[in-house]
Formats: sequence, C-alpha cells, structure tokens
Amino acid sequence: MSDGHPQRAGGPDDGAAPVPLRSSPGFRVGLSIAVATGLYGVSFGALGVASGLSILQTIALSLLMFTGGSQFAFIGVVGGGGAGAAAAAAATLLGIRNAVYGMQLNAMLAPRGWRRFAVAQVTIDESTATASGQRERLEQRRGFWTAGLGIYVLWNIFTAVGAFAGNALGDPKQWGLDGAAVAAFLGLLWPRLKGREPAAIAVVCALATVLAVPFVPPGVPILVAAFVAAVLGWVSHARATAGRPLEVEGLEPDVDPYGHRGRETAHEPRDARDARAEGDAE
Amino acid sequence: MNLWAWVILASGAAYAIKLLGYLLPRRWMENERMTRIAGTMTIGLLASLTAVNAVAHGQAIAVDARLGALAAAAVALVLRAPFLVVVLVGAAAAAGLRLIGWG
Repeated sequence: MSDGHPQRAGGPDDGAAPVPLRSSPGFRVGLSIAVATGLYGVSFGALGVASGLSILQTIALSLLMFTGGSQFAFIGVVGGGGAGAAAAAAATLLGIRNAVYGMQLNAMLAPRGWRRFAVAQVTIDESTATASGQRERLEQRRGFWTAGLGIYVLWNIFTAVGAFAGNALGDPKQWGLDGAAVAAFLGLLWPRLKGREPAAIAVVCALATVLAVPFVPPGVPILVAAFVAAVLGWVSHARATAGRPLEVEGLEPDVDPYGHRGRETAHEPRDARDARAEGDAE
Repeated sequence: MNLWAWVILASGAAYAIKLLGYLLPRRWMENERMTRIAGTMTIGLLASLTAVNAVAHGQAIAVDARLGALAAAAVALVLRAPFLVVVLVGAAAAAGLRLIGWG
C-alpha cells in the first residue's frame, strides 16, 4: 500500500493540537475491535483444551504465538491427530501474512529501535485493519496500539477463561466442541471469500485436502493444500502479468472495523474506498 | 519432540515472521508475486483446516454431526452473525444432532 496513506501536511504530528484521546477515532475503533476480538479468545481456550493440549499449552499459544489463525491451525492439526511438526508447519505458513502486514505497518508507523520488537508482537489482522483505516499518523498509531494491546490483554484473559471452562466441561464431543472448531475455521475463512477467485481457491484446496486424507498421516493434508494454494498463486500471478489485472486476494485483514469493506464493496478500487472514507470523516 | 517443544518453536517462528515484516527492505512489499502467494496460501490453509475438521477422522473420511455444524455455521455467516455466535451455532448443531442420535 505504498500509495495508500498520504500524510497530511499540518496533521497532528506536525505540532497542531491533537484530538483528545476519548474522541480519537483510532482509539474508539481500536477499543471496540479489541473487546469484540478479545471475547472470542474464550472459544480458542475451550477448543485448545478439547483438542488435547494442556491448559498451560493453550495459554502459552495465546501469550507467545498471539495470532489467531495460526493458533487455531495449531490446535486444529493436533485435534485431528496430527504430529506436532505438522501443527507447527501449518501455524507458521498461516502466519506468513503477518510479514506482509508488518511491511505495510512499517511504512505507516515507522517504529524505531526497541519499539519495533513490541510492535511486531501485536501485528495481527485486527491491529493492521484498525491502523490502515485511519488517515492521520497519530490516529493510525493510536488505532494500532489500542487494538493491538487491547486484544493482547483481553485475548489472553479470555483464553485462560475458556481453557479452564473447557477443561471442566468433560467430554468435548457431547458439547459439540468439534462442531465449534469446524465453525471457527469457516468463520475465519469466510471474510476472505470476496469474489469468484478466492472461492475457487478455497474449494480446490478443500478438495485436495479430502483427497489426501487417506494417503498421508494426519496433519499433512493441510500442508498439501498449502502447497496447492501456493502453486495457484504462482500460476495466476504469471497469468495476471500476461495481461489480466491483478488482485491480491486473501490478504485483507479478516476484520472490518469500519464497516465499509463489506462484500458489496469488495471489488471497488482502493482509491474510491479511500475517497469515501475521507468523505465520511468530514 | 514433545508437544511443548512444538508450541515454543511455532511461537518463535510466528514472532520471527512478524518481525521480518519490519526488517525486510521496502521493495519486498512491492513484490506482487510474494504478496499474492501469501494471500492464496491464507485462503487455502483455512479452507483445508475447515475440511479436515469437518470430515477427517484420522486417515478416514467420516460423515457425522460435524457436517451439520458446517452447514449451520454457513447459514449463520450468510446471516452475518458475529464470529462468536457462529462458533456457538456450530457447537449447538453438533451437540443437537448427537442428542437426537445422529453422528
């Protein structure tokens, strides 16, 4: 998004009086997304224990890994009987998008020195989405830190709550927790299925997975699908550069704190979206 | 290697990848092929995880209450339910189907 967020001359960073925190749009949006996301840490906690991890291992994933998709991937593979290595591989591959978010945020927030190490840990879908929805530097920063730190605190608290509650539930199947896991993955996938192409990629990868299940050890079908998806990305990129316009799919953060990136507007050019966002703000 | 080791290792890898975004030169961001593959892989992995959790039973394919959970979750998502509600709907569908003796 090299062109996405021009700094305004005379913005708060240049010495004008900044908006007080309680009426700051970045802070407000960050706070509401932090509460909404933090709460569903309870589902991760419960599913982590149901998948066979200990309470402490489940809590450790939220504290240390702290990227929802990868955490669900890890417990999803373990729950399906996969080896730790396959779980770690699936989680790591799903975390690659965070590097892309980091590159976007690096241009936006320009953290220096030790701050980069703190910024990195809270670089996730939600903090990226909150920051990139703001136009002024100060608001981008406030949005990023409010969402990032807010989610970090709440996600970890609710993971622990979910882990202890899940442990107390007893038989996870009786409570439909395996069904909850299926729903959770579909819920993570859903917002990324904007348009025909990502839906086709999803269907092909799901089919490749099901076909691979009888032939390879548990957990490995997920890596087969990752490979298929990478090949599809590579091939379609070659096709796109040969004349068709290119759209990067699946890399918009899976949340929309601003409510104007719905399915209807998914294929609107970014410039139009930005122009309207500006119109909304004024 | 026990599971703890993989938890720590995968967490370290997740952090290293996040940090890499801040340390890599800017021109990598403009590498369309790289960002595109990161995007298709995100979709592919989540689709695969959905499928595995819905039908895999070890190395066998099993049709059971989890498919009902998948369908119920899809309906909830079409109706724009928030994530936590979608998860609860999935759990309720699977538990409910088992209660009436299916799967």
